[in-house]
Amino acid sequence: MAEPSKKEENKVVDEGIDVGISRLTEEKIQSVINSVIDSETGARLKAYVETCIHCGLCSEACHYYLSHDNDPHYSPVGKVKQTIWEMVRKKGRVSPEFIRRAAIIAHTECNLCKRCAQYCPFGIDIAYLISVVRRIIHKLGVTPLYLQDTAHSHSVTMNQMWVKGDEWPDTLQWQEEEAQAEIPNLRIPLEKEGADVMYSVIAPEPKFQAQLIYQAAVIMHVAGVNWTMPASVGWDNSDMAMFSGDNELMGRLKRTHFETAARLKVKKIVMGECGHAFRSVYDMGNRWLGWSMPPFTIVHAIEFYHDLIKEGRIKIAKKYKPPITLHDPCNVVRGGGLHEKARYVAHAICEKVIEMHPNREHNYCCCAGGGVINTGPPFKMTRIKGNRVKAEQLFGAKTKGAEVLVAPCHNCHSGLHDIVHHYEIGLDIKFFGDIIYEVMEKPE
Amino acid sequence: MVDSRSWDWETGEKNVSLDSWKKEYRWVEEPYASPDGEKIAAIVNVDEGEFTVCVNGKVWGETVFDKIWHLRFSPDGRLTALVSEMGEWTMAVNGEAWENKFGYIWEPRFSIDGTAIAAAVQQDMRYGMVLNGKPWEQTFANMTYFALSPDGRHTAGAVQVEDVDSGEIHKFQKGSFTAALDGNPWDMRFVNVWNLAISTDGEHLAAEVRLNLYDYTIAVDGVPWESRYATVWEPLFNPVTGTVVAPVREKGTWALAENGKILWDRRFVQIWHQMFSPDGSRLAAIVAPKYGRWTVAVDGVPWPATFATLVTDATFSPDGRRIAALAKDGETFRVVVDGNPWTDAWDMAWKPVFSPDGKDVAAKVEKKGRYTYTVNNRVWSRSCDIAWDPVFSPDGTHLMLRTVEAGNYVRRIVPVSDIVG
Amino acid sequence: MHSFYNFVSGPLAWVAFILFFGGSIYRIVSMLKLVAEKERFIFSYMSWRYSLRSIIHWIIPFATVNWRRQPVLTVVTFAFHLCLLATPIFLLSHVVLWDEAFSISWWTLPDAVADIMTIIVILGAVYFLVRRVTQPEVKFVTSVSDFVILAIVAAPFITGFLAYHQWLSYPLVMCLHVLAGDIMLAAIPFTRLSHMLFSPFTRAYMGSEFGKVRHARDW
Ligand code: HEM
Ligand code: HEM
Ligand code: SF4
Ligand code: SF4
Repeated sequence: MAEPSKKEENKVVDEGIDVGISRLTEEKIQSVINSVIDSETGARLKAYVETCIHCGLCSEACHYYLSHDNDPHYSPVGKVKQTIWEMVRKKGRVSPEFIRRAAIIAHTECNLCKRCAQYCPFGIDIAYLISVVRRIIHKLGVTPLYLQDTAHSHSVTMNQMWVKGDEWPDTLQWQEEEAQAEIPNLRIPLEKEGADVMYSVIAPEPKFQAQLIYQAAVIMHVAGVNWTMPASVGWDNSDMAMFSGDNELMGRLKRTHFETAARLKVKKIVMGECGHAFRSVYDMGNRWLGWSMPPFTIVHAIEFYHDLIKEGRIKIAKKYKPPITLHDPCNVVRGGGLHEKARYVAHAICEKVIEMHPNREHNYCCCAGGGVINTGPPFKMTRIKGNRVKAEQLFGAKTKGAEVLVAPCHNCHSGLHDIVHHYEIGLDIKFFGDIIYEVMEKPE
Repeated sequence: MVDSRSWDWETGEKNVSLDSWKKEYRWVEEPYASPDGEKIAAIVNVDEGEFTVCVNGKVWGETVFDKIWHLRFSPDGRLTALVSEMGEWTMAVNGEAWENKFGYIWEPRFSIDGTAIAAAVQQDMRYGMVLNGKPWEQTFANMTYFALSPDGRHTAGAVQVEDVDSGEIHKFQKGSFTAALDGNPWDMRFVNVWNLAISTDGEHLAAEVRLNLYDYTIAVDGVPWESRYATVWEPLFNPVTGTVVAPVREKGTWALAENGKILWDRRFVQIWHQMFSPDGSRLAAIVAPKYGRWTVAVDGVPWPATFATLVTDATFSPDGRRIAALAKDGETFRVVVDGNPWTDAWDMAWKPVFSPDGKDVAAKVEKKGRYTYTVNNRVWSRSCDIAWDPVFSPDGTHLMLRTVEAGNYVRRIVPVSDIVG
Repeated sequence: MHSFYNFVSGPLAWVAFILFFGGSIYRIVSMLKLVAEKERFIFSYMSWRYSLRSIIHWIIPFATVNWRRQPVLTVVTFAFHLCLLATPIFLLSHVVLWDEAFSISWWTLPDAVADIMTIIVILGAVYFLVRRVTQPEVKFVTSVSDFVILAIVAAPFITGFLAYHQWLSYPLVMCLHVLAGDIMLAAIPFTRLSHMLFSPFTRAYMGSEFGKVRHARDW
């Protein structure tokens, strides 16, 4: 076994990883690695491994690398070297201790943000390579506890937070009632077949942030959108199985989501301000199921608000006063090109927008995405220390006068919250929906 | 099956004015038309926190409920909704609430002939099914998937029989779920149980099961098939022979398996929504013959025509000889019959309906918010604000078209030849 | 010595060229076959427009964010690669050989220019070597093979340069030069030098995914 001092250093207690590792044998590791590589990968893995010229030019793309004073262990290519390269080179003959390190790297030291793909001259997709590692980790049963638990919740309830079948419609009806105190004839139409829009959210909304559903309902009502929400499974668009390497479960979740839209005969799926869910519905889950593009037009909240404002369906009574700065979430900006629309919305609803740098496709990841925040408390500091550069970037915007940070993504929201708090940056964090709800014209 | 012979197939047109409803109530929700077309109903709000249902202009019963949702006509024409009174929930049928009340009730189901009504219920955080007002005797910590047998005599659910707290991943992986028929759980435990099917005779229950994080199969009456798969989709009983058929995934592609043996020799990028012809002799499914292309395969042979975005709502004709489905390319839908797409593309289309002899096909369609009908690739001359699925007369010569036009509910009996020409 | 020269410039050169062209075609064809077999979906995302958009940005110095961030490296690598490709092809002494052997010839570089270009390649190789041992992020991912391929690339240029200037024993150097040239050609398809073959494909794929699906720039 490895020298104790080194082991001590990266000892994090995670029951998912630790118990998983204790059950591994070298034979098992070898057979799993080889079966994943042989039967689930192809030209991409081969070309990426063989083409990489070991130039290190991807390093400065990665916020972990930058935040750890350019420690090469955290560079994109460095992480690949410590994981999949070794597995390929040794034909799967690696130790349980190696797998432990690989699990930590793949699950907590890479957000699959794909910024590095924009920096590698060959466009090598490091995030894909790390996903292959996660797939192997899944097959070995070494996924971090919190993430695995979330995947279990998905498998049982088809949502991320163990929300039971009755709790979901009950919550919507409760929010409808709350909102009726403000707008008496407001409705959250459940199971309305033939509506134009199915509105889907992630499970933390009904669980902890029901006011977001309330706000969305007000926006829908004021804009006169013909919308519905399902009362069955399929309402949750999130997908941690996509990040835990459980592709079969990812496919099941996305099938449920799409077929709910098909059953409700809607034309579009409008989704709340979540980035990873967008990635799963728009880019990943559909592919696993055989759809080259999703079977329904997917409209992320940013685009939805953009269209509503542009078409004059919601009007701004009085722009938001405090200067804001805008965080571009990787999954909808690098993954969906919504950066200009986000700016349109920001300028339409706020008096002052202060850009952080870098921005748009080149923005730094929040370090929560890619399932990393879902590895939970054991790795909270990994996220925070791994994104000092984000704190510096935010501090730059703050120095120029920003008081509020708009992050139109749930993961980013939570991740940035930890960073703002830890580095004492002093920015309020909001969703676009929060601000729109506050500044829009409402009946009366 | 519902017998439509006693319905009025003579009167050309019947009207119910809906405009007055709006004046009478604070708001009127989406209307629903009865299967025989004689009634039109909507949930209406009387006052703050007071709801009732308006049927042809009259309230459906004495009781005013605190909340009403999920208003639907059963296939036999009874008007049902989920209702709440004093913080308790139940089902109301034609305005009468079931005697049993629950903490919550959702996902109602009807048997094919409509005589049975089932739903999932929660009482004191325990879960079970209710059938015609009568809940299961045994209840469970959680219930996630539900089924009502085609004859309406049996209900089933995927139930949790072992308490697992969130975070107990290793306990969870030992298996805490099983399936229950009429409240009686199987002995074996599974990591997950999904998508249940009850056989035609109501005796057998099949479900998708996950044995550990990686091995999936189909279990029938609590016994898993011997074969293991990367994953599986919903099982289906052959209505005649009683064998179970399910799509299964191996080595990255899909096949259909019957009782654990591969059925079609051809594999697909995707297979789902398999369906038997009514006599059980033919088997069809929605498939992706290659990545990003969709169609219907009949007995393993895909239609030559494929579609890019979606194929859905496939259905056999009553004689089992023809199949109709909807295909989406880009943003528009078409009706496709036996692999031939019809000419017109629509913003939305609904499940095609065959005439009893299988010769004619009709479907409700919509473009730019206006609804109409298409029959045998011809389009009805009118467009409406709302429409319901077309219904063929028992002799197949007429169609009942239920629509809303200019604030009026209209029930029309139209000769098929008027549309087909 | 003479017979050795005949061997390396005769049969061995044939072998080298066959390995280079044959090997390149084989590598590309088998990679595409692998895509067709296992990752067929990739084809549905490929777009000429977005492939070219991406490739063009990356083959122009300073046209991408990362090239701008690394000005020295950008200048060196573009000069290095340009000279690396152009010098052997347009070198008078090489074209003369083609002419003698097959009676085909084309435009050539003035010797003085070719000489400077050779120096550029050699200096480029030195730069990469220094970078590899001094920059921690490069050093961390460096293996012996990286030095070997750098040596394989530098060798024909160093020996060619020595031969041209007739330093050291000309016949020996000439033999070594031709041998080094043969080795480099043969090595391209079968080592990481194959980035010459695959980089257009990896770039095109990423460009297509970013352009067509992600609606974002990949540079
Ligand atoms: C890809 C492989 C090769 C490369 C990169 C290469 C490169 C060079 C370079 C850079 C020079 C010197 C130019 C200068 O400094 O002005 C040179 C000279 C020369 N090379 Fe090559 N060479 C290669 C292969 C070959 C082969 C295979 C042969 C013969 C069969 C050959 C024959 C010569 C000759 C005859 C000279 C001229 C030497 C002189 O001027 O006396 N080279 N080569
Ligand atoms: C025409 C297609 C080619 C392209 C697009 C290309 C591109 C690149 C890029 C982007 C790098 C990494 C950046 C850097 O470190 O400079 C690189 C490095 C390199 N390339 Fe190429 N290259 C090509 C052809 C070749 C050929 C034909 C050779 C030699 C046979 C070659 C030899 C090298 C070497 C030796 C390095 C330096 C690696 C190091 O840092 O040690 N390249 N190339
Ligand atoms: S975190 Fe982002 S930039 Fe860093 S290696 Fe992962 S995908 Fe690349
Ligand atoms: S930039 Fe690309 S080629 Fe260079 S080390 Fe990173 S992944 Fe490899």
